[in-house]
Formats: sequence, structure tokens, C-alpha cells
Amino acid sequence: MLKGKKIAILGDRDGIPGPAIEECIETTGAEVVFTTTECFV
Amino acid sequence: MDLENQQRIKDLAEKEGAENLVVILGGAEAEASGLACETVTNGDPTFAGPLAGVPLGLACYHVVEEEIKSEVEAEVYEDQISMMEMVIDVDAITEEVKTYRDKYSKYKL
Repeated sequence: MLKGKKIAILGDRDGIPGPAIEECIETTGAEVVFTTTECFV
Repeated sequence: MDLENQQRIKDLAEKEGAENLVVILGGAEAEASGLACETVTNGDPTFAGPLAGVPLGLACYHVVEEEIKSEVEAEVYEDQISMMEMVIDVDAITEEVKTYRDKYSKYKL
């Protein structure tokens, strides 16, 4: 379902950071087009 | 959601096509994750940023939701996410993000 999709990742400094999510998404066949780690507060 | 990132999401939706773009969240709290989901689906509820009044309707999920987790290689998920999964309230986050997705997303996985 994710395969072929373009993915924008909004990670959280106090939760799950962007690069950790990116590692996961790279195993799905989707293309990560943006990754950031923001402070959600 | 930070104003700079709102602009990036807006630009990406135009460039890639809203139907092709999926936003994946890593927020530690349900409320903040819900707010981010609302922002990329219905527009910025605080009317402060570039997505104010811009209902992109993007597909938006938290990384711990089953729709995403089930597609990730188990070993990688275990290494990258499982530690945090133990300390965040997965049920509350899932419920909050799903509420906004069901209400405002025009696209689903």
C-alpha cells in the first residue's frame, strides 16, 4: 500500500525522530521526499 | 506544526500531487499528533501558517499505526521504533490521528 507513494516524515524530538521513521519507510518500497524532526510542543 | 514545515508540505503536495503524498508522524503525544494530522488534512487550526484555510486532505498516519507498522520490515521496526513504542500511549495516539484522518483525509492508503 505504501509502495510507490511519496512520503513526508514529521518526526518528534521527544517521540520518534525523523531518521528512525525514514529507516523504517525505506523498507516498504515508498520514496521518502522529506524528513524533519520537530519539537511538537 | 512549525510554519516552515507547513510550507514544505504545501509545496510537496503541489509538486508530487496530493493523492501521491503520505505524511507520517512520530509525535510522542496524542494531542500534538492529532493537531499535526488536522493541519495536513483540514488546514492549520491556529490560522498562523501557510496551511491556514488550505485543506490538503492528505493521507496521514502515525508510524505506530497498524497500516504503517505492518508494512515495515519487522527487524527494522524493532530496532528503530519499539523502544519508544513502550513509553508512548499508542492507543491514544492511534485514536486521535484516526479521528482527524477519517474526518478530513481525502486520500487513504
